[in-house]
Amino acid sequence: MAVLPPSKSSKRSKTVEKGAGTDPTRRKVLKGAAAAAGAVVGTKALGGFPTIWAQEIKDIELRHVGVSYSVVKAIGDQASKDLGFKVTMQNLDTSAAINRFITQPDSVDIADVEGWQAKLATRRGVIQGIEVAKIKQFDNILPIFTKGELDGNVVSRQGISPYQAMYIEEPDSRELHEGVTEWATFLPQVYNADSIGYRPDLIGRDITEWKELLNPEFKGKAAILDVPAIGIMDAALCFESAGMIQYGNKGNMTRDEIDKTIEALIALKRDGHFRATWTTFDQSVQLMAAGEVIIQSMWSPAVAAVRVKDIPCVYAPVNKKDGKEGYRGWCNGMALMGHLEGKKLEAAYEYLNWYLSGWQGGFVARYGYYSPVPSTAKEYLTPAEWEYWYEGKPASEVILDPYGVPMEQPGAKRDGGSFVERVTNISCWNTLMDEAQYMNKRWNDFKVA
Amino acid sequence: MRLPRSLVGWFYVSPLMLVLIPFFVLPMVVIITASVLEGDGFGGIMPFFTTQNYIDVFGSGLTFNLYFSTIKFTILTWVFSLIIGFWVAYFLVFHVKNQLLAIGLFLVCTVPFWTSNIIRMISWIPLLGKEGLVNMILQGLGIIDKPLEFLLFSDFAVVVAYVHQLTIFMIVPIFNSMARIDKRVVEAALDAGASRFDIMRYIIVPLSKSGMALGSIFVVSIVMGDFFVVRVMSGGGSASVVAALYEDISVLQYPPAAANAVVLVLVVMLMIGLILRTVDIRREIAR
Repeated sequence: MAVLPPSKSSKRSKTVEKGAGTDPTRRKVLKGAAAAAGAVVGTKALGGFPTIWAQEIKDIELRHVGVSYSVVKAIGDQASKDLGFKVTMQNLDTSAAINRFITQPDSVDIADVEGWQAKLATRRGVIQGIEVAKIKQFDNILPIFTKGELDGNVVSRQGISPYQAMYIEEPDSRELHEGVTEWATFLPQVYNADSIGYRPDLIGRDITEWKELLNPEFKGKAAILDVPAIGIMDAALCFESAGMIQYGNKGNMTRDEIDKTIEALIALKRDGHFRATWTTFDQSVQLMAAGEVIIQSMWSPAVAAVRVKDIPCVYAPVNKKDGKEGYRGWCNGMALMGHLEGKKLEAAYEYLNWYLSGWQGGFVARYGYYSPVPSTAKEYLTPAEWEYWYEGKPASEVILDPYGVPMEQPGAKRDGGSFVERVTNISCWNTLMDEAQYMNKRWNDFKVA
Repeated sequence: MRLPRSLVGWFYVSPLMLVLIPFFVLPMVVIITASVLEGDGFGGIMPFFTTQNYIDVFGSGLTFNLYFSTIKFTILTWVFSLIIGFWVAYFLVFHVKNQLLAIGLFLVCTVPFWTSNIIRMISWIPLLGKEGLVNMILQGLGIIDKPLEFLLFSDFAVVVAYVHQLTIFMIVPIFNSMARIDKRVVEAALDAGASRFDIMRYIIVPLSKSGMALGSIFVVSIVMGDFFVVRVMSGGGSASVVAALYEDISVLQYPPAAANAVVLVLVVMLMIGLILRTVDIRREIAR
């Protein structure tokens, strides 16, 4: 944590140059390994190349570090199998992760970052730019990320949208760049649109607006997410929906807006409106499944986890309406740590390319998350799965979760509809506000009130 | 060869110093240094001296609310764990005549502690919840007609979890100091016509004070430094000093977090100083 030294920028840019051009043979070998994705890789796939390269690749270990819903062991295992070198997945919670990237950058190879974390990591100089030209699927990445739009609709810029955090001018830049460049801070890999989960059996009607979370009808049975940075945005979506508070930018509130939001939350808390607040996935599942809470801000796989217990739970479709409502979007991506160089850097690029090549997209789709390259994910999904998860059509057969457990019966439909409908209705993105410290302080006022 | 006296003295304290300097003094120096520097808001610390972090800590009503809430939990936990711990130890030492049995029962007290304290805490949730065991039984018996909500996600639940986790820290030292009480003193008092209450008041409590003080130090410092139990058992409805500090760290505000940490260390030292002032542990142990 000590005083951080200025960047090792000169060293880093050299590193990147080295990775960029030299040593074509070695790169070809690595590419060969990647191309064999899906097949059993080993001596066979690498046959014909000098054994020494296979040997060297085998000794490489990439440490991919981040939150559990994004950095998944099964994905790392598959990557190791397909690529011929070792990928280790390590999980930390969001704040422990960013602290580790910043204070012990050398202990991580691939950092799992959200847009706002990419911004912080860039500012601290712990990551190096990703050379866009080396990412094979880059042009197939949805323009939500690469251009900040989808089908001509501009994607919301409230909060820190992935597009805004995506580019830097030079591989060692310390500032984000507005507009497309040759260098990316991070490569989006998984994302979703979050809203409210509720128990239809106990509520008895459809919920499509955030303000329902504040409805006195649900007094003592409501909960919100207790991660200040995103909890306050969920709260803001509620207050905005109820017409109680107006926001310039829910993703970057002024002190005044923060004060109003917290005061309103405290009033609700004093009134006994919230049964609890939750911080982890499991807590939210427990609260809902046990009936402690019947409506709360929630994450998509948590809703699925409640449903797997045969307890009805709906993920409310909160399409934008009159400048209100909308989903809170989030996106995790992969960033290359600054210390990567040479062979390890090449392996890291192979890993990034593998990641976008479809297997991972198919895997995360089965618990409700999306891949930035749906075209490759589609190849790894059955037509029924594709229709259910991406097109919002009724399931034509039993839908299985990533581990093969039946999840939805034929005829079931994904809450919120198709991919395009859900994603274009994102109204703000996970963020780190300029007033983050003040906001945290006020959030704690809410907690102790 | 004869070493000079002063050198021998240093030699004696060196094992302790070898532990204290790298694991306490150095980290504290880093934290104190960070607490008087400016942050850049992006996790960086700039070498400019400032007292602003401390001004913010003391100038905010939040600090006092947080300490009020944390100290409230500390006192409640301390009272209950002391009462329970004292009587458990008393029973084991004075009522179980067979020493082997006493030690056996003492070990039984530690059995729940073979599992992680997180598991021990979380297992209260199905017990205390709205549809939990306690509410089900009470409703089944017709004692209540609506589930009691205060049982879980409340201050009550927090204190229950703390007492459950920390009573052992009271039992062990109190058991230890009681076991060293000479039984003949009690017999003599009985012969001299003392009542049970007098024996308790004049012999047992004074002679097990050191155990109670040691147990109190454990309980107080653990509760003051905890944030996880509060977060889970209060259902996020309450905060603690450390929870707030951790949230500063999560947005990379190191200097304010450091200032908060320094203040917390001082407060805990003050509380432990008070305990040590009430009971002179060193004298009691040497006794």
